[in-house]
Parts: sequence; C-alpha cells; structure tokens
Amino acid sequence: MTILSLKNVSKSFGALTVTEDVSFDVVQGQALGIIGPNGAGKSTLFNLITGNLTSDAGSIHFDGADVTRVPPMQRCLSGIGRSFQIPQPFDHLTVFENLLVAATHGQSKSEHEVEEDCARILEQTELLDVANNTAGGLRLLQRKRLELARAMATNPKLLLLDEIAGGLTAAECTALINTIKGLHSSGVTIIWIEHVLHALTSVVERLLVLDFGKVIGLGDPDEIMNSREVKEIYLGIEV
Amino acid sequence: MIWIDTIIQGVLLGGLYALFAAGLSLVFGIMRLVNLAHGDLIVFAAYLILLLVSLLGLSPFLAAIIAAPIMFCVGWALQRHVLNRVLGPDILPPLLVTFGLSVVLQNALLEVFSADSQRLPAGEIATASVQMGGLNLGVLPLLTFASAILVIVGLNQLFYRTELGRAFRATSDDAVTAGLMGIRPDRIFATATAIAMLVVTLAAIYLGMRANFDPNIGPARLIYAFEAVIIGGLGSLWGTLVGGIIIGVAQTVGAAINPEWQILAGHLAFLLVLLIKPRGLFPRAVD
Repeated sequence: MTILSLKNVSKSFGALTVTEDVSFDVVQGQALGIIGPNGAGKSTLFNLITGNLTSDAGSIHFDGADVTRVPPMQRCLSGIGRSFQIPQPFDHLTVFENLLVAATHGQSKSEHEVEEDCARILEQTELLDVANNTAGGLRLLQRKRLELARAMATNPKLLLLDEIAGGLTAAECTALINTIKGLHSSGVTIIWIEHVLHALTSVVERLLVLDFGKVIGLGDPDEIMNSREVKEIYLGIEV
Repeated sequence: MIWIDTIIQGVLLGGLYALFAAGLSLVFGIMRLVNLAHGDLIVFAAYLILLLVSLLGLSPFLAAIIAAPIMFCVGWALQRHVLNRVLGPDILPPLLVTFGLSVVLQNALLEVFSADSQRLPAGEIATASVQMGGLNLGVLPLLTFASAILVIVGLNQLFYRTELGRAFRATSDDAVTAGLMGIRPDRIFATATAIAMLVVTLAAIYLGMRANFDPNIGPARLIYAFEAVIIGGLGSLWGTLVGGIIIGVAQTVGAAINPEWQILAGHLAFLLVLLIKPRGLFPRAVD
C-alpha cells in the first residue's frame, strides 16, 4: 500500500526553483534514501512533506488523504514524524520528558497512556541510562538518538530522518545505524536524507537522487550508485 | 531582640513582595514577556475584590474566590487577543503595549473609583497577632508569607509534575519545535497568563488588607516585584521568594535605623546584589 505519494510537486523562492516537478511514491514499511549534493533541495523536500513549506504546484497525498494544504501540526497528528538535521531537543526538560511532551501532544493522548510507549522507545534508542538527565547536557550521539526517539514518540506512520548520522564517529554511526535498522524492522516507514552513504545504503531498499531540485534517479541503491549520471553529478567522478 | 524582630518582620514582608512578583516571574519564565502592567493588574484585582465586598457584603477572602475566575478569564483574553500579537524576537512591542495597558488601567480605575485611597476590610485579623518565642507576629503577615510559600510550591509542582507544566517548559525552551510536536504555543501562553492572574488575585487580597491603595500605586508595586525577580534570577520561582525576602529585610532594617531609609534601603540591596551577581542569585543554567 502506498503511504506517501508526491505528484509533480514544485517549489520556488523567487526566481530560484528548489523543487521541480518531483514525483515519487513510498510504500508502507519501506525505507527510502534521498541523496544529492548540497543545495539540491533535499531539506526543502522534507519541509514540503511536513508542511513547513507549502508547494507552489502539484499534490502530496499521505495515508490516503490529500495533505497538500494541511498545516504542519495536523500532519504531525496524522502520522508524519521528523528529526532535524541539527538536533533541537527541549534543553531544560529531561530526556524522558522530551518524549512525554512529543507523545502526548503529537497523539492527543494523556501522559498516563503514553508512559510505557516512551519507556519502550528509550530502550530501543538506548537512552534508558540518561532518561532523567536534562537534554541540554547530552553528547552529540545522545542528542541525535533523542531526536530520533522524540520523532518516534509521536508514533509516526512515516519517519523523516534529516542527516542524522552527520558528525558522528564511525563507531557512533554504526551504533545509530543499528538503532534505525531496529526501528525499520519493527515496521516504520522511513525516508532518510543522508550524506554518509554507507550508513544509508545499509538500511534503505530504494534510493532517490536529487540534483537542482529534480529527481535524476530512483530505484535499487546499488544500481543507482553505479549509474553513470549519478557518479558524474553527485560523486563528481568523470566517467 | 529588637533586631531579630526587625529581621523576621522583613522576611514576612518579603512574602508579600514574592506574591507581587510570582506572576511576573511565571510569565517572564515561559514567554520572555515583561509585563509592565503587572502592578496595575494587582490594583485592578484589588478593586474587583473591593467591589464584590461592598456589593455582596462578603469577606475579602470569599470575594477573592469569586474574583479569581474572573481574573483568570481576563488574563486568558488579554494574552490571547492582545499580547500574543506582539510577542516576537523584538522585545520592544510587548513593552510598549503593556506600558500602554498600565496607563489605560490606571486612568480607567481613576475614572470609576476616583483617587480616594481604599482599603479592604480585614476585620479582626488585621490586628490579631500570635506570640512566638517572645516575639509578637501579626497574623496577616504570617498568612501572607504562608500564601507566598504555597503559591511557589504549587507553581513548582505544576511546572515539574504535570503535563501542562511540561508543555510550559517545552514551549519556553523552543516554541517553534513545540509547535511541530502538536503544542499550540498561543494557548500555552494564554493559560500561563491566566494562571498568573490567579496569583495576582491572591496578591491583591493582601495588598488591599495590609495597606491603603489607590489607582496609581501599581507602578511602585511593580518595582518591588521586578527587583525580587531580578535578585532571584530570571525564571526561578524560589529565587523570586529569596529576592522578595532580601528586599523586605533591607526595608525593615533600613526603617529601623531611620524611617526615611526604608524604601532606599530596599533599592540599595537590589543594586548591591546586581553588583555582585549580575544574573541574580539563582540564574537558570543556560538562557
């Protein structure tokens, strides 16, 4: 079943077109990777999906409904969760409270109903040890994990990850990949923007390549990575 | 002995200042809004209580129970329809709007209630006192202080133990991200101001029972409240109580040395704390 469908979506800022005629579908339970050079419009694409930006043309369907003009909060409630490129936890709240806030307000439930879910997510994302620490004092890997955990706490049908592996050491990156693999195998649909390609390709089943706001490749990760066009444009290799 | 008495009277007076300041501290802590009309809102609440007392023949405490929900709604509406519109990265618009509100409130009260000074009828407790270890402590100052402690304990419980409190703190940290999580910052802010107005109502009872009030005394009360909040460290409620106590003690000690020094001593204590700890005694770790 298709959970997210973009049809001919375009977005411009003045004369600058950042998203041009983008169309793709994501099937439920699938993990889609998005790559592209800096400025290719990857984060803009996420903002269009979460509703932080509205598209100039085209339509976005999520979970059977047209959400093209729906505001971000409603999209969050309908099941689109997101982690940010730069982690933005609530610094003065504890790790557990960060999840509680996201879970209660993101799903319109009482704290009592979501406590167990939050504890389970903390365990999945290996944050149980620091559950009662304030988020402002966390190290980078823990902040990234919290970003992931908080997006999970809204119980999303679709999880958007924005460069979550950037800035981590190799060992930290592996640890984070395992966490994401765990989430994915539990059935969450994922769209993941990432520059750390080995991290991305070890998880996703499909890869989408953006360049100057256009889709220039979509399909099996190995085929995409070996295609001549991608190597030329994205990796800068003369073929 | 007389010095111990003076200091204890000062501590109890500090309770009153902490009550003046708690609402201000709450609102500033959550939305970084400096409400210049805070003192006038206390005076407004005192007149509302006075009106209920004289119309219905109630005691001030009963009248305050009726006034509290009215003030709650006033706070909600004020934030939702006026102050939310001017909140933003620029600190000047909210300052101007609350300053304007202060002027409007003072003149409206002057028009309706005249410049005559008023007092809430406290009855017997106005002069009642209890003996404690050779000291005579007024029941009303003790009640004021106990109310201040209750308010601060209550607000801290609200902040750290409830779902609403977590939403307050999350919005205070980052209103935009909180919005993405499904929190409505405009409603959170309105609720915070509404709760602050409950504290204002409580402060108004003691303001009106302990001394005379008229439409123009708001700004002077605002100064004490500001000093208490700043001495304590912005956003810290227990700090606000400590700040109130420091000003209270400085004032009574100053007055004991020379009655003309009462107000000056309080302001000097404030300046002294600012010299030594510019961010207040208990600043939040990162702001």
